[in-house]
Amino acid sequence: MDTGTAIAFYILAGLTTISAIMVVSLRNIFHSVLFLVLSFAGIAGIYVTLNAEFVAAIQVLIYAGAIVVLMLFAMMLTTNAMTEGNPAGHLRPPAMLTAFLFFITVAYVGVVTPWQPRAASAPTDFSINGIADLLFNVYVLPFEISSVLLLVAMIGAIVLARD
Amino acid sequence: MNGDIHNFFNIDGAIVSALSGILPAWALVIVAGLIGIIALLVFLVPSQLATIWIERKLIGRFQIRYGPNRVGLFGLLQPLADAVKIVGKESITPAGVDKWVFWLAPIVTFIPALLVYAVIPFGPNLILADLDIGILYLISISSLGVIPVFMAGWSSNNKYALLGAMRSVAQMVSYEIPLVLSIISVVMMTGSLKIGEMVSFQADNLWMFLLQPLALLIFFISASAELNRTPMDIVEGESEIIAGYHTEYSGFKFSMFYVAEYTNVLAVSAILSAVFFGGWLSAPILDLLPAWLWFIAKIYFFFCVFVWIRATLPRMRADQLMGLAWKFLLPLALVNILVTGIEVYMNLHPLLISFINIALAIGLVAGWSELIGNRAVRNERRQYIPVVPVVR
Repeated sequence: MDTGTAIAFYILAGLTTISAIMVVSLRNIFHSVLFLVLSFAGIAGIYVTLNAEFVAAIQVLIYAGAIVVLMLFAMMLTTNAMTEGNPAGHLRPPAMLTAFLFFITVAYVGVVTPWQPRAASAPTDFSINGIADLLFNVYVLPFEISSVLLLVAMIGAIVLARD
Repeated sequence: MNGDIHNFFNIDGAIVSALSGILPAWALVIVAGLIGIIALLVFLVPSQLATIWIERKLIGRFQIRYGPNRVGLFGLLQPLADAVKIVGKESITPAGVDKWVFWLAPIVTFIPALLVYAVIPFGPNLILADLDIGILYLISISSLGVIPVFMAGWSSNNKYALLGAMRSVAQMVSYEIPLVLSIISVVMMTGSLKIGEMVSFQADNLWMFLLQPLALLIFFISASAELNRTPMDIVEGESEIIAGYHTEYSGFKFSMFYVAEYTNVLAVSAILSAVFFGGWLSAPILDLLPAWLWFIAKIYFFFCVFVWIRATLPRMRADQLMGLAWKFLLPLALVNILVTGIEVYMNLHPLLISFINIALAIGLVAGWSELIGNRAVRNERRQYIPVVPVVR
């Protein structure tokens, strides 16, 4: 990693982590959503430093664009969220326990895994044509199945909403 | 192309190569970026003033009055006078607003508006970043435009502002879909998402508005909906919700929204001319003018078209706007993708494709509006329910 990439990485990683902490610690749910956008933008920036431009654009389009808009819709449709914000729950001890266990698992996996980049099989083609070839030729069946699944979920949501 | 007026004598490259011995590599990237930003501002700041003047003058003419004509020759200094006036106004922060978000929203508005210009090609070598994913980048950035609008509407602590923000979210979500689908059929023909390559494709074949007239129509309507300009400005419809999301804004903060709107209109005009009207390519005869001048002339032409439409069409109702997106533009865009796919697969001659697609566009628009009548824009729920007469 050269100096420029290192500087960019640490700035983006700091931005992402700090805004992620703000998302879970702020009381006001709207502020949380805004910090979530910032966090997603930081992740997209990290993708750019990894030469994965396509994933970065999709990250912004789907997460910072669509998911956040979905959250805004949910906020507008639930009146309590607008007036009372994010009230303290009574499930704090179990939540802490779960988070702690999750942290232990991730830390264990992170320590145990041998972090050797597999030079032989590492992808070299980051271009949009390479991704398209993989999606529509090699892995076309999983791709089609997942789109049918999304269609079914969408129709289900519409049916539920019309009842 | 080095040392040529066509790319401003390559000032950017000259400065960067002069500094390359002195500064480390990462600093050079920052210098190159700064030069790009300054170059953009050199285009954008005068353009803001010019477009504001053009819009006021043209709207005046459309409404059979003179428009601004007091300050300077032909009222040319009116935008400057407006700017001075608006900075001098009191900056009001109403009670009960969410201060941080309220102050940040006008600034954040500029982020997507300026980011779009990174991939706009002003000439063969005059593009800040000719990304591989060019047009996808544009789409993903434009999907962020809704966030500052919602920040402004939510933080204002005002019912009308919140209504405007809600409408904005609904409208953006609806019009994003036909916008992207219309672009897809263009991308299928060019075979590249790079904006530079899309322009050079048009140099080799016909200009895209001849090949994809239906995509142009859909893109134009959806883009002007995303811009919140008058036929589609339910977000700030004065007759219904005062001024929508910027009801509570005044002075300099309001002017930020105002200027961001013009930045967005110019960006959409630039995308229109790059993707559909040959970008920096010149019309067949006049090859003498430099490429960037052609491109800027096209941008201004489309800005005038937007003003024309604003002056001509009345505002649509909120439900009519949704109906237009979902019942009219979306099916047509899907049919267009299918037909384009068949044409590309059969590898037809561009002239034949152009002929088929123009006929298809006219046939589909006429046929579909005939078929569904005004159902696309009629509100089914607002039917007259007769009162049951009381039995005496």
